[in-house]
Amino acid sequence: MNWLRIFRREQADLDVQQEIETFLAEETAENLARGMSPEESRRLARIKFGNPQQIRENLWRQNSLTALDSLWRDLRFAARTLRRTPGFALIAVLVMTFGIGASIAAFTIVRSVLLNPLPFPNPERLVRLYETNHTAETGGTFSEWRTQNQSFSDMGIGGSKSHSLSGSGNELPEDVVGGMFSRSVLHTLGVQPVLGRNFAEDEDRPSANPTVLLSWGLWQRRFGGSPSIVNQTIRLDAKLYTIVGVMPAWFAYPDSTVQLWTPIYYEVRPSVIRAIGNHQFWVIGRLKPGVAEAHAVAELTQISRRIYDQHRDIAFVANSASASPLLESIVGDVKTPLYILLGATACVLFIACLNVANLLVARSAARRKEHSIRMALGGGRLQLLRQHLMESFLLSSAGGGLGLVLANGAIEWVIRARQDMARVEAIRMDGYAAAAAVGLVALCALITGLVSSFNVRGVTLLATPQQSSRANSSGRASVRLRAGLLSLEVGLTMVLLIAAGLLLKSYSKLRSANIGCVTENVLQMVIRLPATRYPKGQVESFFETFLSRVRSLPGIHGAGFIKGGVPADGYGPDDGFVVMGQPELPPDQRLFAIHRWVDPGYFAAIGIPIQRGRTFDRNQQFGHATEVIISESFARRYLTGEDPLGKHLSIADDPPRQIVAVVGDTRFAPGESAKPVMYSQLLTDPAGEPHSATLVVRSDSDVTQFGIPIQRLLWQMDREVPASDILTLNQVVGRSILNVSFDAFLLAAFAGMSLLLAAVGLFGVLTYIAVQRTSEMGIRIALGAQKEHLLKLVLVDGLRPALIGLALGLAASAGLTQLIRSMLYQTEPLDPVVIVVVGSVLLLVAIAACLVPAWRASQLDPMRALRA
Amino acid sequence: MRKGNQADTEMLKGTLDMMVLRTLATGDAHGHTIAKVIERTSEDVLEVEQGSLYPALHRLEDRGWVSSYWGPSENNRKAKFYRLTTAGRKQLGRETTRWRQMARAIGLVMGENVQTDGRVE
Repeated sequence: MNWLRIFRREQADLDVQQEIETFLAEETAENLARGMSPEESRRLARIKFGNPQQIRENLWRQNSLTALDSLWRDLRFAARTLRRTPGFALIAVLVMTFGIGASIAAFTIVRSVLLNPLPFPNPERLVRLYETNHTAETGGTFSEWRTQNQSFSDMGIGGSKSHSLSGSGNELPEDVVGGMFSRSVLHTLGVQPVLGRNFAEDEDRPSANPTVLLSWGLWQRRFGGSPSIVNQTIRLDAKLYTIVGVMPAWFAYPDSTVQLWTPIYYEVRPSVIRAIGNHQFWVIGRLKPGVAEAHAVAELTQISRRIYDQHRDIAFVANSASASPLLESIVGDVKTPLYILLGATACVLFIACLNVANLLVARSAARRKEHSIRMALGGGRLQLLRQHLMESFLLSSAGGGLGLVLANGAIEWVIRARQDMARVEAIRMDGYAAAAAVGLVALCALITGLVSSFNVRGVTLLATPQQSSRANSSGRASVRLRAGLLSLEVGLTMVLLIAAGLLLKSYSKLRSANIGCVTENVLQMVIRLPATRYPKGQVESFFETFLSRVRSLPGIHGAGFIKGGVPADGYGPDDGFVVMGQPELPPDQRLFAIHRWVDPGYFAAIGIPIQRGRTFDRNQQFGHATEVIISESFARRYLTGEDPLGKHLSIADDPPRQIVAVVGDTRFAPGESAKPVMYSQLLTDPAGEPHSATLVVRSDSDVTQFGIPIQRLLWQMDREVPASDILTLNQVVGRSILNVSFDAFLLAAFAGMSLLLAAVGLFGVLTYIAVQRTSEMGIRIALGAQKEHLLKLVLVDGLRPALIGLALGLAASAGLTQLIRSMLYQTEPLDPVVIVVVGSVLLLVAIAACLVPAWRASQLDPMRALRA
Repeated sequence: MRKGNQADTEMLKGTLDMMVLRTLATGDAHGHTIAKVIERTSEDVLEVEQGSLYPALHRLEDRGWVSSYWGPSENNRKAKFYRLTTAGRKQLGRETTRWRQMARAIGLVMGENVQTDGRVE
């Protein structure tokens, strides 16, 4: 049966009309031939034919699919109804668009980042391996693990190393984030380069010729995607590297900022990568099929324990191993915030549904007369329900369609705004997003449709026309329903507001948290000298000359160099040390502290107070270091009750150096507690290749204006030396808490949106209730009720559900805010200030929303009200 | 079938399609001719109700058993002619067979003398 005939009904009808005419003409002609009069002929022909209308109707019905037809009719009816109230339709669609769009976006992000498996073959067998109590692993332990284990099909070790990529021709040199892979990393992950090959065995060793794997992005951007790139050379830190391959476009490990990879055993000196106490690498492994993670970890722990027992004299050797799924190790940090985000959007969606349902309820109550008349004429309840659903279906599909567009924009924005987020490169809209959209549309249609048609059930014949013409409080049940919906809405809004308030407070605390130095008008800039062109002596003179030129710029109040990162720019390197003269500690209790390398002018430049002693002696700055400076908490923790000045430290088994000063504490991230820091003189770091350092300058006024002049100074000295990360210290602080501000402002936006929705809901429903009670008000006024009394009456009507919602939200928040405890800084989940502020804001908005309808009700003219 | 004769109406349901197909087997025809032919061939026992004929024709066309084209009628009027398609011919064969079996079966039940080919005497 060809159901498409439904679209040809008009044509079929025209055809049959023509056929009927032909029939009548033929019959008439025959009758004429039989000798009848023309009139008689026509009459008999018509009699013989019967009712032509009926034939047309029969055919029409035959060509129709009844179910589809009535659905179509309902749809058109719903569309007509909505067109009649464009304002209502527009608001409802917008509300739905926002709710559905935000939810699709959040769903897509959560799915892409947290739920989608990593794009490697059998990703469930990939694990990140740890040496217990360390965040980074050692090359020594790795090679023992790799050669002795039975549980893994392969293991790889990697690290990070940035390079200065020289331009060819007119291109500027640029700093690129690089990764170091052992040859086995790609094999462990199960990935092949799309072009070329992995590092060969003899390229992953110290004596090899330099080789490099390019990321797809770098290949496209810098080399125009040329297919003949393999075996060509590029200059990294002024050294020629042969390109052996290009990785696939989707490949991003450890993250999407990495643009090229070099062999780790070539890059890192054997003394570092073979050491069992030097934690600065990551290790991944692929479990053999059928081997449980716990079993594998137990095996590695055994190996680690053996190493530990054999080398009790070396500090920082771990005595056990642990593991986590590779996906978990990548996205673990963003899990809570993303689920919170999803929860928030779900709340907003639910509020949006409730709001639309509320609007529909208000409207359907206004259509009670219409409904009861239709039922009196034989309309079934099911039919009415179907029409209700059809209306909400139309609204939510329009919202869903627009929501997809909105979600697309939102996702693009998130990708741009959060380049730092784990797996951000994996976020994309796909079939699942579309399926989610369809599902959400259906869900919203069902929720709003069913909720709003609850009171259709209550309609009984005749009762309604009678009731609504005279009696004034139409349908207690529907009023109660609406009040209930409102309470729920306000409650959810309260939860969102409290969560957003907590995050915002926590953010502002972080933002203003003292990091131990001046943050206003301080500019930083990372400068990297290519190691091959600048042997040791030249680096020193370059930095010294550059620094003196920068200091001579008018308006600059201080300039200095630091290696390892300014305060708030991360934990950076640390080292073990021994305080000379203190009793020897057992090896597993060796001391360690954050380690930075600075020039004598650094403390003054960035405003870290020197509390005792003096800064480094300028004369011996670039000579052999004999001095060291410690932070306040270092002195407090490791030299308790002693005079630190004059004591000697041996850092990382170097010759002992004398402590010449104690300086103020700094924080490596806003909100962190002060950790012990020791400062060595710039360029005494033995691992300091390539020679990069961060320039810090301070001025009185807008410091950003010095960015260009300083770069020009650098350019005058060497055109091949790039300056990167040119940021004010405030920007550095902002960058390090970007995730916090992002979460806080996003949640605040959602909370604000739901507050607005709740206000609109309150306003709409209260207006409606007030209109419903117009004649009652009229009677009251006629009987002498005061205006203030009426005002209060309507206000209470609206505020009661708001207050109930407030209490509900507060109760729910007590439990739910515990979930975001880990995201809060110096803020308790039930912070009284936040709760009071949020509660009063909500209450004020509720009062404002109720005031207009209440005031209108109190201004009623009794005569007109009674006639209404 | 005579109007008002319920039994005839009942019986003819479903057989109209078959008779239309049978009529078209002898050549293309438009609605009026089809009705006439059925009435004449049945010696005016069967009177085709136009209310069923036209929907039936459209139904047959929808199923692909007949095709249609517009042409001049005997009196030079625009008429819709119907033609039996190959599928329709096959369908006619199936329905004829079924009809013969049915007629024979009913005949047997009614105690009539039935020949092997299903024809009722």
